[in-house]
Amino acid sequence: MQKYCYNNGRRDFIRKASFSAALYAIPSLLVHAESVSLIAPTPAPKEKIKLSINGKEISAEVDTRITLLDFLREQLGYTGTKKGCGMGQCGACILHINGKRMNSCQTLAIHNNGKTIETVEGLANGDTLHPMQEAFIKCDAMQCGYCTPGQIMSGIACIRDGRANNRDEIQRYMAGNICRCGAYQNIVDAIAQVKESGKTV
Amino acid sequence: MENNWLPVNEGPRADALDKVTGKATYAAEHRVSNLAHGVFVCSTIAKGIIQSIDEAAALKAEGVIDIISYKNCPAIPGYAPQLADGTRNPKQWWGMKVLYDNQVRFYGQPIALVVAETLEQANAASLLLKITYQKESFETDFNLARKDPSKAKPPSTYSRGNASNYEQAAVKVDGEFTIPIEVHSPMELQATIAVWEAEDKLTVYDKTQGPKATQGAIARLFNIPDKNVRVIADYVGGAFGNALRNWHNVPAACIAAKKINRPVKVILTRPQMFNLTGYRPQSWQQLKIGADATGKFVGIIHTAISNTSRYEEFREGIVNASRFLYACDYVDTNYRILPLDVSTPTWMRGPGEASGCFALESSIDQLSYVLNMDPVELRIKNFAEKNPESKLPWSSNYLKECYDKGRTLINWANRPQKPGSLQENGWLVGYGMANGVFGAGRSQASVRAILQANGNLVLQSAVSDMGPGTTTAMTKIASENLLLPLDKISFKLGDSELPPGPTQGGSTTTSTLGTAVYLACEALKKSLRTLAVENVPAFKNLDASTLVIKEGGVSASIDKEVFISNADLLKLGNKPFLEITQDSQGTSAMELKHATNSFSSHFVKVLVNPKTLKIKITEVVTTADAGKIISENTARSQMLGGVVGGIGMALFEELKFDHYTGAITNASFAGYQVPLHPDIPKTTVWFVNKPDPIINPIGAKGLGEIAFIGLAAAIANAVYNATGKRVRNLPITPEKLKEAKI
Repeated sequence: MQKYCYNNGRRDFIRKASFSAALYAIPSLLVHAESVSLIAPTPAPKEKIKLSINGKEISAEVDTRITLLDFLREQLGYTGTKKGCGMGQCGACILHINGKRMNSCQTLAIHNNGKTIETVEGLANGDTLHPMQEAFIKCDAMQCGYCTPGQIMSGIACIRDGRANNRDEIQRYMAGNICRCGAYQNIVDAIAQVKESGKTV
Repeated sequence: MENNWLPVNEGPRADALDKVTGKATYAAEHRVSNLAHGVFVCSTIAKGIIQSIDEAAALKAEGVIDIISYKNCPAIPGYAPQLADGTRNPKQWWGMKVLYDNQVRFYGQPIALVVAETLEQANAASLLLKITYQKESFETDFNLARKDPSKAKPPSTYSRGNASNYEQAAVKVDGEFTIPIEVHSPMELQATIAVWEAEDKLTVYDKTQGPKATQGAIARLFNIPDKNVRVIADYVGGAFGNALRNWHNVPAACIAAKKINRPVKVILTRPQMFNLTGYRPQSWQQLKIGADATGKFVGIIHTAISNTSRYEEFREGIVNASRFLYACDYVDTNYRILPLDVSTPTWMRGPGEASGCFALESSIDQLSYVLNMDPVELRIKNFAEKNPESKLPWSSNYLKECYDKGRTLINWANRPQKPGSLQENGWLVGYGMANGVFGAGRSQASVRAILQANGNLVLQSAVSDMGPGTTTAMTKIASENLLLPLDKISFKLGDSELPPGPTQGGSTTTSTLGTAVYLACEALKKSLRTLAVENVPAFKNLDASTLVIKEGGVSASIDKEVFISNADLLKLGNKPFLEITQDSQGTSAMELKHATNSFSSHFVKVLVNPKTLKIKITEVVTTADAGKIISENTARSQMLGGVVGGIGMALFEELKFDHYTGAITNASFAGYQVPLHPDIPKTTVWFVNKPDPIINPIGAKGLGEIAFIGLAAAIANAVYNATGKRVRNLPITPEKLKEAKI
């Protein structure tokens, strides 16, 4: 494996390889494999970022290695967005960045400077729930609830992207959101109901 | 657009609002100040001795606080095999003692914990450890090892009846079945936060199915009183059995937090979840079944081997259902476990029975074709009027009603008796069915009921809920008992300081805890009646036992106008609240003089592409006799989940090893396939919904396991009906279907 050094072209490296975040997130896959030689970025570079989270402006100095997901959960306490794998494979961490859905474990916090983030915590307007939240409750589209925020954020994007015209379409669009309890049918019902209602999402 | 949502006459899941707004707080999400993060460094050999760990570079890395391994792990009372006097330590930690010694027992075993200020720093430093090993030879290949009978542990056996019955059977089938390792893979990662508040006192936020069991385990580990350990598990993000015991993250977080004198959080990574939190063991089974010419079973011989680890013995009920699900005079079972150099398996949804029923229900299906009988009729022919193993009558068994409803709902009449003879739009069509069964037990529980000054009821017990909806079911039981609206009742769980409740597992929570809730409500009603007679003039001359409790108050049965609300009653009685803590004792089947089981019958329609052999499950009807259904809303969801799990077992799930290194090769959701949205067919759930008159006063049996058990066989049977090919080695893939013989 290539020897990474943070002193040369650090920013360039980070921009080119946001997958490096995943390398740090999953050391068990790599650690002590004899070919791996990573120089510890000590002290790790930090960068100032500003972003809007659910309408609130946030400024912070962050470790350049921290994912948007871990930044939200571990530093800011926005734990509504869930970590299910850290590898972009399960959809539990899906949120909206500038209105588009994204696995937040697959983007570094520093890549989101100046961007608008919407998480599950920002959906309700006071006590008035978002139509997708209401539909999830009505259809019992959850069991343990851990994948639920990701499913809801993905479900909203499904309708916004015009991909909720029938059950097959919804199922395909939602294929990146794993639910191990098996609430899939009720989740698709919930998205279909919101779509049918014609409500703005 | 088709919509399968069925309206139900009850409120939503009790914790639904928290779950859709992101307010539900899971183990790793509790905010703790001065928190440090621990990450495991895991072995890269399957077996051997750690020769050296060079931490020098990692210790110098930014933010690193400590690196804990066997080299510097403090003495932990629960790790000591023996007490000072040389006798066996009765409080020894159950399972592998992480960070304890230099032995490597399986590939990916945690051997050091890197603790740093942030997760990023801990992860970065964890890459800098230099570890050398002395490798030893190992064995991870189950299918190779099982061929040497000397490697398995001695069998546990059962036999009844005369073996010659089977020998002389008019028709026989004999098949071998294999099931690979399947992994629970709940969406929430296993996590523990340990916070020491004093030298001998700590709070632990943990992903556990049993806050009381975890409290006890940690108390024994540090040899401190139970009351000094508080375990919080208010939300559990799925588990399916993997949080029935405490894995490496629990002692590691507690030990590290004590050693560095700071709170420590340890979250497993997704790859670690595939190796460090148990799994359904790999199994090989042989099932022989014989019947007379009319289809009556005359003999069942069920032999099974499943794997365990080299350092622990794990057994489950893989052959049990074969002994009692059907009437059969001669039954012989033989079960052995085979140690391998892998981590220890554990109970996974439908433990044992799910594997066993795949073999049993596939074999019965095969027998039905040999007899040219409808597989449902064959099962009805062999219906067990009482439990043939214990000889006890069933407390209830409505399997026949499941058959009737299942056949109607799936349009069973469309099923071709001749396999491979029906097509739809160029695809082969098949229908299959299979049964599930699981014990319906009831254990001890304690519930506190607090009637508050405003008339609201708070129920409390130290259980946790991994998703089925315990809170919903318990508030429903209290609501029905007290005729009190649901919005006036709440159920608090997930804290070991509450009255002791059971570990959630084995489909027993509703029966066990629900009984305690029922008894607490009964006791509360008694107190309210007494309070009314003693304090309310209008009730003074009435017999307390005749008073009716309903709609949040007490009324006289003879005159409904005479009514006082619970809130006013408390005020008059000068009580700020009314509190009752109620114990409920468990009962065994023998004590009940009845065999207590839940039953399910699953019906599946599949399409198989004749060219590509792609399998599409197009419809599932799942029916259950689980006694009275407490919450139709959550029970239905639990059944839907069982179907999804069954689809995974039948078509996708398989943990794979590289037997050259002993490493798992597909430890991620990219490698380990689970069912996704597009894999889910239209599913209909139906319940018998008749109260069991024996098990408990609420009439509910268990549901979690039978929702899953039998599904894989139903799918395999449908695939056979479509193609005439029987795949006995899960998961069923197009490749295996191509190679399968008739």
